[in-house]
Amino acid sequence: MSERAIVRPRLRQPELDAGLRASHDGLRYSLKHRRTLLDAICTGVAFSLAGLALVPLLSLLAMLIVRGGPLLNLELLTGLPPAAGMPGGGIGNAIVGTLIVVGIAALFSVPFGLLAAIYLAELGNGSRFESVVRFAAKTLTGLPSILAGVFAYAVVVVTMGRFSALAGGIATGTLMVPIVTLTAEEALRMVPSRMRAAAYGMGSTRAQVALFVVLPAARPAILTGVTLALARAMGETAPLLFTALFSNYWFQGHIDQPIASLAVLIYNYASSPFDDLVGLAWAASLVLVSLVLVTNLVAQWLTRRPIEH
Amino acid sequence: MDQVATGEDFRASSAREGAATHASDDRSVMNCQIQSLYYGQFLAVRDTRIPIASKEITAFIGPSGCGKSTVLRCLNRMNDFVPGFRLEGEVRYRGQDIYAADVDPVAVRRTIGMVFQQPNPFAMSIYKNVAFGLKLNGFKGDYAERIEQALRSAALWDEVKDKLHHSGLSLSGGQQQRLCIARAVAVKPDLLLMDEPCSALDPIATRRIEELMLELKRDYTIAIVTHNLQQAQRVADRTAFLFVDTSKGGRTGYLVEYRKTDEMFSDPAEQRTKEYIRGEFS
Repeated sequence: MSERAIVRPRLRQPELDAGLRASHDGLRYSLKHRRTLLDAICTGVAFSLAGLALVPLLSLLAMLIVRGGPLLNLELLTGLPPAAGMPGGGIGNAIVGTLIVVGIAALFSVPFGLLAAIYLAELGNGSRFESVVRFAAKTLTGLPSILAGVFAYAVVVVTMGRFSALAGGIATGTLMVPIVTLTAEEALRMVPSRMRAAAYGMGSTRAQVALFVVLPAARPAILTGVTLALARAMGETAPLLFTALFSNYWFQGHIDQPIASLAVLIYNYASSPFDDLVGLAWAASLVLVSLVLVTNLVAQWLTRRPIEH
Repeated sequence: MDQVATGEDFRASSAREGAATHASDDRSVMNCQIQSLYYGQFLAVRDTRIPIASKEITAFIGPSGCGKSTVLRCLNRMNDFVPGFRLEGEVRYRGQDIYAADVDPVAVRRTIGMVFQQPNPFAMSIYKNVAFGLKLNGFKGDYAERIEQALRSAALWDEVKDKLHHSGLSLSGGQQQRLCIARAVAVKPDLLLMDEPCSALDPIATRRIEELMLELKRDYTIAIVTHNLQQAQRVADRTAFLFVDTSKGGRTGYLVEYRKTDEMFSDPAEQRTKEYIRGEFS
């Protein structure tokens, strides 16, 4: 070890002055400082724009509550739509119908999307086919929902020869598949790779790693994605117009028959000349928005729930 | 015979072949003979021959990048997942080359357990973590008993017996690593590989794992990678010292010396080993 002289950094005079100034008034908040002013302005702008973004949702909710709220009662939630021009009646069949259509959509899209996600995240190995599939899924998320209806019309309605709940479910399911696929892929990729290594190290096959280790670890995040997709599907009108059509009666247990839904009920009645029907459309809108809200809350709860980690 | 199905089949058949071809080598569970090990064009390890003796602890030591983990991962074919991995040489497990074309790597990994550098329990309960390997092997016996036994041999039972259905990830780092050891020994592997199992742990947890290894040695054969010379001295019966050769521009690991641990540390044969042990470079 050679002995080295210890060099002390010597402060030059201007630096020393700056330091002294800072110690007196430079440490206090003051809008006179350029960066403090700029910071305050940016913060203010961000706050106001965030507030502005809330305006559509809040005004919509307020309007729905004002116009639809007073109409809510038990008959409305459990009754059938009235004959034209008659007062009273309800939207019970449409509520049930929406849940059934979304249920069919989920039955079709969740396994489909989940398996696609497992392929993308676990088995694709960065192959060309994998990137094609992912690109297709991303493109499909932007698919105009009416085209999903056209697809289901061509595939189900034309072949079966009639409008049906099944066709409506497939149309909405088509919209859900890419959402489920992409959120589930993301969730699977979030699972730490050392868990995969552990599973392989114990002598698991690729399928066993995906099904028994990665999927359970990603389950909470996957459920969130599925719930969000459900919320989105619930509000869709366009894909139902020429697939599920509408029905003025209760669901009879036949998914090969047309079925009522809140979205189509709103579409039909909102432009009706009868005030009672317009009122029903308002009430139905409030119910639909509440359903979507509740579903989103469930999704949030699923996300926040302490995951097994 | 307390072995589980797949491993047993594989082991029995290899043992028969072993008896025929390598009768002289029966103290070794594993005989690793690497001529060259490549990742793509990159020569990662060369000329490394390490036998792993039954019911002993064999330590792999050496500076960072000397390929000791790479060599360990050859022993249960974990390197198969690295793109471009290629091995010239053979790894004989009870006489049979595990890199032979007709060998199923999944069967190899069921027989040869592994504990990783980072504790990596699954995102499931403590119970299910230990049960995982048993299920994988189609174990038909008493799960509760076998799981208790595994947790006891990993010196974890007393700490977790009242919360077997809590998540394995709720444990501390040292407990997680012991859970991983319990998970590995639950299937009674013929050989246990440990890749720097203490490097993510504090000194107290490290001590516990070391004591545990000495306990496990009675029933299991262990190969361990460690960057901690004292650890090798404390636990290993035999030690392999690997070093990095940078002479041809690359970074190629190779075996310098393989001896009984006490001989290696008291009287190293090679100059490289001497310098490394004295801490002249690392």
